[in-house]
Amino acid sequence: MALYLPFLRRRIGFLGMMNSTLSNFKTSVLSEKNSITTLSDFCNSFSRRFYSNKADKQFDFIHNGGDSKELNFPGGIVKFTSELKFLADVPEERIHCYRVLDDSGQLISNNFVQVDKEIAVKMYKDMVMLQTMDTIFYEAQRQGRISFYLTANGEEAINIASAAALSMDDLVFPQYREAGVLLWRGFTLQEFANQCFGNKDDNGKGRQMPIHYGSNKHNYFTVASTVATQISHAVGAAYSLKMDGRDACTITYFGDGGTSTGDFHAALNFAAVMEVPVIFFCRNNGWAISTPVSDQFRSDGIVVRGKAYGIRSIRVDGNDALAVFSAVCMARTIAIRESKPVLIEALAYRAGHHSTSDDSSKYRPIEEIEWWREAQNPVTRFREWLRGEGLWTTQAETELRDSARKEVLHAIQVAEKVEKPTVKEIFTDVYDVLPSNLRDQEKSLRETIERHSQDYPIDVPL
Amino acid sequence: IRSEARTISGAINGSRKTGKVITKAVAAQAESPASAASKPGHELLLFEALREGLEEEMDRDPRVCVFGEDVGHYGGSYKVTKGLAEKYGDLRVLDTPIAENSFTGMAVGAAMTGLRPIVEGMNMGFLLLAFNQISDNCGMLHYTSGGQFTIPTVIRGPGGVGRQLGAEHSQRLESYFQSIPGIQMVACSTPYNAKGLMKAAIRSENPVVLFEHVLLYNLKERIPDEEYVLSLEEAEMVRPGEHVTILTYSRMRYHVMQAAKTLVNKGYDPEVIDIRSLKPFDLYTIGNSIKKTHRVLIVEECMRTGGIGASLTAAINENFHDYLDAQIVCLSSQDVPTPYAGTLEEWTVVQPPQIVAAVEQLCK
Repeated sequence: MALYLPFLRRRIGFLGMMNSTLSNFKTSVLSEKNSITTLSDFCNSFSRRFYSNKADKQFDFIHNGGDSKELNFPGGIVKFTSELKFLADVPEERIHCYRVLDDSGQLISNNFVQVDKEIAVKMYKDMVMLQTMDTIFYEAQRQGRISFYLTANGEEAINIASAAALSMDDLVFPQYREAGVLLWRGFTLQEFANQCFGNKDDNGKGRQMPIHYGSNKHNYFTVASTVATQISHAVGAAYSLKMDGRDACTITYFGDGGTSTGDFHAALNFAAVMEVPVIFFCRNNGWAISTPVSDQFRSDGIVVRGKAYGIRSIRVDGNDALAVFSAVCMARTIAIRESKPVLIEALAYRAGHHSTSDDSSKYRPIEEIEWWREAQNPVTRFREWLRGEGLWTTQAETELRDSARKEVLHAIQVAEKVEKPTVKEIFTDVYDVLPSNLRDQEKSLRETIERHSQDYPIDVPL
Repeated sequence: IRSEARTISGAINGSRKTGKVITKAVAAQAESPASAASKPGHELLLFEALREGLEEEMDRDPRVCVFGEDVGHYGGSYKVTKGLAEKYGDLRVLDTPIAENSFTGMAVGAAMTGLRPIVEGMNMGFLLLAFNQISDNCGMLHYTSGGQFTIPTVIRGPGGVGRQLGAEHSQRLESYFQSIPGIQMVACSTPYNAKGLMKAAIRSENPVVLFEHVLLYNLKERIPDEEYVLSLEEAEMVRPGEHVTILTYSRMRYHVMQAAKTLVNKGYDPEVIDIRSLKPFDLYTIGNSIKKTHRVLIVEECMRTGGIGASLTAAINENFHDYLDAQIVCLSSQDVPTPYAGTLEEWTVVQPPQIVAAVEQLCK
């Protein structure tokens, strides 16, 4: 049996494959009239992929010839034009941004999804807790108690409001600035602290850097340091949900920088082609470490890319908790009901440094950072709205801030004292069962430790 | 031989043909219909064996699904998935756009959510585009999540040097992947082990990379009718012998067996082992063989630098140094991209005369 070379076919499009398979029918597609019958029979015997409902019409056009103003190209009917014009590279106006509250927290429209009172208050409390957690953990890193930390300053509304609009069955594929989503879902402060200190109570067993949280109980997939790889994971998981017919969707978060990767492009394309229930949430906070968005892409942000992939998209004010909540609510409904992907671009500002390894005053003016932190603070805006609704008071504020601070400090103090994971955990979970080579390596390591016990750190248990 | 002993004491992996040692690795001559009908089992080609294994697993477990380019209606570039899309539908046999990084990532996400995806690289070389997903996510997420998320994927595809496919389509990815912690690698070489390894890989909870070879898809063999699953960590004893241990895998097995015919005529008695499991190595079977023969020859298709042979040489030296009477000889391809011209290509792959010469040298 001859070995044919399929790679060449790889590059021939739909029409090419049609032509090569049709030639088996011994009729040329364009020649005889009776080939139309064979073509429709052939098409009907296959699934929708080969079926073109305009196949007959296509041949009518070709046979009529002459004065056609449109043609059924692969992909659909296209009208012709005699204008030699290029589509603009830069739009006259940027796509408008959906907003519900103004800068001082007053409602400017009624076009939003209503939030239950309890949910609204919980949202605010969690936003404050996130802020407190960020501040204190950041300080702890500066004091040398943990090795690394990454804050969500300026993105509290994105974190909490988007989480509040989802159900616990929805799967979250985070990047790294979404600890608030996990906080909303019930991850305790102690668990956060355990992961940052990498102690034996960490459900990641001390294997990842701080802020790389993960909890299958909360449907929050472990953070990986690789950029934008989680986007295609989310598409795959959404595919799994679609196969199971479940009433849930997946959501994945990424920043403006992550949208430059190949993984972003391919994942969005796949999601559109495969029609899976996934929400793509882009946190456009203006900076990818020191790279501003003007050096990252030249498109009008990320929202315009949705159209390029055939995905419904929206731009929202990321500092407006109610806007984010409404957008994610609607996106979830669309995703699940129609089993289609949705793209949300939340415009915000990264008010903190990229991480504890970064000093952003080196590449952007301090005044700019200060302005965003004060004038557009999402927590302040939401608080003003809550106050206006009679759901929050100054006293509640002071009490909350005090207790939050105490809780976080306590969690850190406890986590600091807990033992680290044992040496055994270096080797477990690489595979489901320990293979022989790893068993040998563990034995060899333990022997070395025994021989040189004075060189071995005392706070790591065997 | 360890694998035989297991069968006698009660097979872990279902029934297996006991005591069957394949002395002629290349498929048998055409049999007459009468004799064919009376023998047990059924005859098929290697790609059909892979498909049979795949189909049985898809029947058995509804979570098994296939992602790849042209695997659905086209049936796969080597017809391994032919007919499966019609039988199981578009959702379970999924045609993907051309983005290996993305559909491998999709498979990771789907696996973490409960599916058991099989990713087909149209040619193993294309999976280099998915390296980030395979090494940093597939191999790592079970570990970094503290065991919370498992990734039971199978990544498979044709690799190795074919007939004039050009450098980019002649990659031997086992050398690039062998370092990745968290994955297992196996290479099939006969219809029997292809089906068994495919089934074992699908049932494994770890990510497994199954290496097939472009030139072996049309090998014919008679395989059992009963269900069987092979072990992912076991090597296969192809021909027991006394003088020298020849370790090989995939297509080189056939070059070795051809050389073995010449060697037997010249009076040598080589022991040929198809290592099958590329990560981890089956050092038990290999070690027992070395303790018997004291001479090792490794024949591989990988390039000299950083190939499977290089790692195997290191592993054997470390573990069995005292049993060796001579230095380990490793025959591999040169460190060059595979040329297109047929004559040039032939000389980048280890040929039987070189194997014969190496054994003669080793046994002096």
